[in-house]
Amino acid sequence: MSRGFRKTPIAKVGVTVRQLILILFAAMAIVPGYLMITASLKSQEEFLAHPWSLPLHPSLEGYKAAWNDQFPRWFTNSLIVTSGSVGLTVAIAAMAAWGFAHWTWRGRESVLGVLVSLMVVPPVVLLIPLFQFGAKLGWISTFRILIMVYVGLMLPFSIYLLTNFFRAIPTSIIEAAEIDGASDIRTFRSIVLPLSGPPLITLTVVNLLWAWNELLLALVFLQSDEKKTLMVGITGFQNRYSLSIPTIMAGMTIATLPLLIAYIFGQRYFVAGLTSGAVKGE
Amino acid sequence: MTSAATTAYHATAPDPSGAARGRRRSFGPWPWILPAGIGILFVFGYSLVDLLQQSFKYRGTWVGLDNFRLVVTDPLFQTAIFHNALLLFTVPILVALALLFAILLFETRRGMRFYQSAVFLPYLLPIPVVGVVFGQLLQLNGALNLGLRALGLQSFALDWLGDPNQALVTMSAIIIWKEVGFGTILILARLISLPTELLEAAQIDGAGFFKKHLKITTPQLRSVILFYAINEAIVMVSWVFNYVYVMTNGQGGPGDATMVSELYIYRSAFQNQAPELAAAAAVLLLISTLFFIIGFFKVQSRSQSGIFDE
Repeated sequence: MSRGFRKTPIAKVGVTVRQLILILFAAMAIVPGYLMITASLKSQEEFLAHPWSLPLHPSLEGYKAAWNDQFPRWFTNSLIVTSGSVGLTVAIAAMAAWGFAHWTWRGRESVLGVLVSLMVVPPVVLLIPLFQFGAKLGWISTFRILIMVYVGLMLPFSIYLLTNFFRAIPTSIIEAAEIDGASDIRTFRSIVLPLSGPPLITLTVVNLLWAWNELLLALVFLQSDEKKTLMVGITGFQNRYSLSIPTIMAGMTIATLPLLIAYIFGQRYFVAGLTSGAVKGE
Repeated sequence: MTSAATTAYHATAPDPSGAARGRRRSFGPWPWILPAGIGILFVFGYSLVDLLQQSFKYRGTWVGLDNFRLVVTDPLFQTAIFHNALLLFTVPILVALALLFAILLFETRRGMRFYQSAVFLPYLLPIPVVGVVFGQLLQLNGALNLGLRALGLQSFALDWLGDPNQALVTMSAIIIWKEVGFGTILILARLISLPTELLEAAQIDGAGFFKKHLKITTPQLRSVILFYAINEAIVMVSWVFNYVYVMTNGQGGPGDATMVSELYIYRSAFQNQAPELAAAAAVLLLISTLFFIIGFFKVQSRSQSGIFDE
């Protein structure tokens, strides 16, 4: 073993080079975030004079201006849409996944195949009929139409992910419950769900990320000013504050904050969720 | 309600005679699947059927392929499709960079978690935020150019988003910046799960860094790399609306330098009040995405480990 791990001088240079590449790429990944946060704490003059420096005279003027704009309202709207749609999606998807995992029925595998392909249908394709449908009902600029559409779009991936997990639950546990006469509902509630904490959290986190960041559908469905979500709000926001970059950057920092907090607390769930579609142990 | 009551009874006091055992209420899978079925049939089923119908009609009357003919001959649509095709060139770059990062992270002992979080950070940020921040930084007198000039590199201080010849390249670079973290995490997760015997054997035989990874690891990563490549190809063809919309104020500018098919559909439907043309363009976009979906399934069924199987 020791022969393989002895470091030759060339190998040492290689290690250093590799380390340098990593540092360089990490820096490139972080720099825009660094500029966003430092700029948000500067005055316009200071930003123009020293865009790259740390804020020498930190001020919260940018945050005040952004917060006194419509940020609180956009923030609330985003919270309503995101929590409503993600909550519904996870509940409906968990039920459906149980229907897929627990019973064998004709065409089940084909339906799952269709679900996988629906995951890549671009939302812009569905937009026109859905918008016309919403307009017919007079539901444009209501949260319910957007939540309905979000739920529909999140379902294929959600069902797929949970079905794979539910299938891995040992059948002996479930059979034992059924022999004792537990109904389907009770088996699901008292056995399947308590065993599924991590995948349910993973799914919630991935869906939260998607719904919070979604722009196109929110842009089309929520047209009135009072109903705009954060992502729609900030795209218009930059035009109104083109003379105050710190205000723009403060707004962007506020918009990112919930995600950063969620990421810090749930990093492993993020990673698990993103890789769940592609990487499975053998 | 009744079934819940029966359940409670059985759970607390199982019938000692055993006569009631196994006699349980079950309605099968359908009640469980129904709500999701309605949601998916509405959002996908209804929409796709309605879209297809609209693409053959004008104000309610059947016009055959006229809408398609108009769209295909529209120079703006041709430009948009051409730009989507150009964006596909970012896919090999993304794959190469993601593979490189993943291998470097895999080989690093110290600070792996830090680098991993750093590389992953861009993927986490909302695209509208990324668009606004880069839009500000890349102005002619934005932070990047101020920095370049301060370093004496005036000739590199381009008008990144304002020059029609440069804008699409800048846009591609931003998309790469944002998307590469996803691939890195995917490939790294697979790398960690690979059996280590082969790598150790190669190390004992004195295989160097490049030989080891080109000959041993990369071939084993084939399925995850293909998955990532197809995934990103789909992104480039049909999921780049957010970048373009935010960085060009919904115009696809300067001129039509960053016009893409999604923006074409959006503008036809909601700004030019031509939903029929938008529907025809959307059908064409869906067909081109379908090719990649088929590729997706091919990869899945061919790969031994199975991308989607357990």
